[in-house]
Amino acid sequence: MVIKQLSVFLQNEQGRLEEVTGILYKNGINISALSIAETEEYGILRMIVSDIDKASAALRNEDFSVKISDVICIETPDIPGELHKYIQILSRAGINLSYMYGYSDAGTARLIMKVSDPEKALELLKLK
Amino acid sequence: MIWNESMECMSRDQMHDLQSRRLRNMVERVYHNVEFYRKKMQALGLEPGDIKTIEDLVKLPFTTKQDLRDNYPFGLFAVPKSEIVRFHASSGTTGKPTVVAYSRKDINIFAEVVTRALCCSGVTRNDIVQVAFGYGLFTGGLGLHYGAEKLGAAVVPISGGNTAKQITLLQDFGSTVLVCTPSYAAYLAESIAEAGIDPQELPLRVGVFGAEPWSYEMKKKIEDGLKIKAYDIYGLSEIIGPGVSNNCDCQDGLHIAEDHFVPEIIDPITLNQLDPGVTGELVFTTITKEAMPLLRYRTRDLSSLDYSPCECGRTNVRMAKIFGRSDDMLIIRGVNVFPSQVESVLLEIPEAKPHYMLIVDRKGTMDTLEIQVEIDEKFFSDEMSQLNNIRNKIKDKVESVLGISVIISLVEHKTIKRSEGKAQRVIDRRKI
Repeated sequence: MVIKQLSVFLQNEQGRLEEVTGILYKNGINISALSIAETEEYGILRMIVSDIDKASAALRNEDFSVKISDVICIETPDIPGELHKYIQILSRAGINLSYMYGYSDAGTARLIMKVSDPEKALELLKLK
Repeated sequence: MIWNESMECMSRDQMHDLQSRRLRNMVERVYHNVEFYRKKMQALGLEPGDIKTIEDLVKLPFTTKQDLRDNYPFGLFAVPKSEIVRFHASSGTTGKPTVVAYSRKDINIFAEVVTRALCCSGVTRNDIVQVAFGYGLFTGGLGLHYGAEKLGAAVVPISGGNTAKQITLLQDFGSTVLVCTPSYAAYLAESIAEAGIDPQELPLRVGVFGAEPWSYEMKKKIEDGLKIKAYDIYGLSEIIGPGVSNNCDCQDGLHIAEDHFVPEIIDPITLNQLDPGVTGELVFTTITKEAMPLLRYRTRDLSSLDYSPCECGRTNVRMAKIFGRSDDMLIIRGVNVFPSQVESVLLEIPEAKPHYMLIVDRKGTMDTLEIQVEIDEKFFSDEMSQLNNIRNKIKDKVESVLGISVIISLVEHKTIKRSEGKAQRVIDRRKI
């Protein structure tokens, strides 16, 4: 399915991530998945949160730059070859994968992917 | 009225001779009385006898604000402390204040040049002069006070601030001349309007403003707001204080009291003297001061000199209104960079906001220029490649304008300090 992801621009500075998690905590927002992309000077924090509108408003209020974007979330059995199967399909269809992150638990893996065409990707993966 | 016609209207030849004579005496004095200058001259292989005319000024070493700090507090005095009758000091926003000292004669010179400046501004002994410059370590208050008294005007030594009282005294005493900073004059004009007072009803007719750079637009605004004629008074405590130069009625440059302070314009990079009319850094040599004479003091103010006779009758050289400071300029790998160039590039790039900071550093033998730019949230992306594209776009544009490679760092919104006054745009970490 297509879900909304919240991204936050972060300077590589001690305590910045803590500020973000603190703001989310104070607003009663749960983070269900998270990844950080980083360069030397800055990073992009990407999250799936329980209330994206409330979270983005709270962060903006504290002068963070935030962005809401569409990503796809897929659930697969936690066995060898499953990820490869999906990547192969997308790759052969010419769908560009910008980044992905995920986790597995109790035999199920959940993957969050930023792709060039979310709707088409889901269709190809027969997840729609 | 011209206060001192013999000094302000003498021929250029006479001025040349007077300045040369005074310079010779001054160099003799500092060589023998100020160790700092003696060492500097000796390092250059100079003896006092090598300085014969003002053309020889170029042989002499420069003095900088840093030299004053290095010799804090009393290291540059050329007289015994018993000869000193007053101190002033700069605000010292960056570290220790710089101290200046005056002998009895210096105080008289100070009063003399301020009196000339006031006369230049059309002030007479019949005026009531409200001095709203701060009194204290700052040279403005006491400097204008002594000058106005010497002229025979009546001084209202109200000092700075206390706007309500300023307005009351303008009304009740009928002050005809206001002396303060241009920004305070603009504020007073607003306050007078807010109080519902018609400035036409006030006897105020002349404003003598200085101690900070101001534009022609600001001057016009103050003149309209207070219904007065505004004059520019220039000076710096290192040289003596306000009164180093002043506008005359022709309002075409500021006449320098050059029988006391010899001006030069230099290229701030090569340090070569520049021709009249060419803009560069203003440098002064004091040729009469006793307590703390300075050789070729670099003011960092950018101006140019005009030696042509003025319609007002004065022959004293005129300096152009100060429009900037040379220390805004950075030299990075031999290339001149002005923060304003970076600003104009950023204003053309929608993804960047015009809030930026230049950080100059030296890695090994290589100067580096990092430009921190705040990114506009509209263009923030969750994809690193997008952010890198924005960064490269800014980098390409800035580099094509500056002609040197730069490091662009995207920083969070509002992380660059906002300033209500003069914004700090540069951090130079080079240790040279």
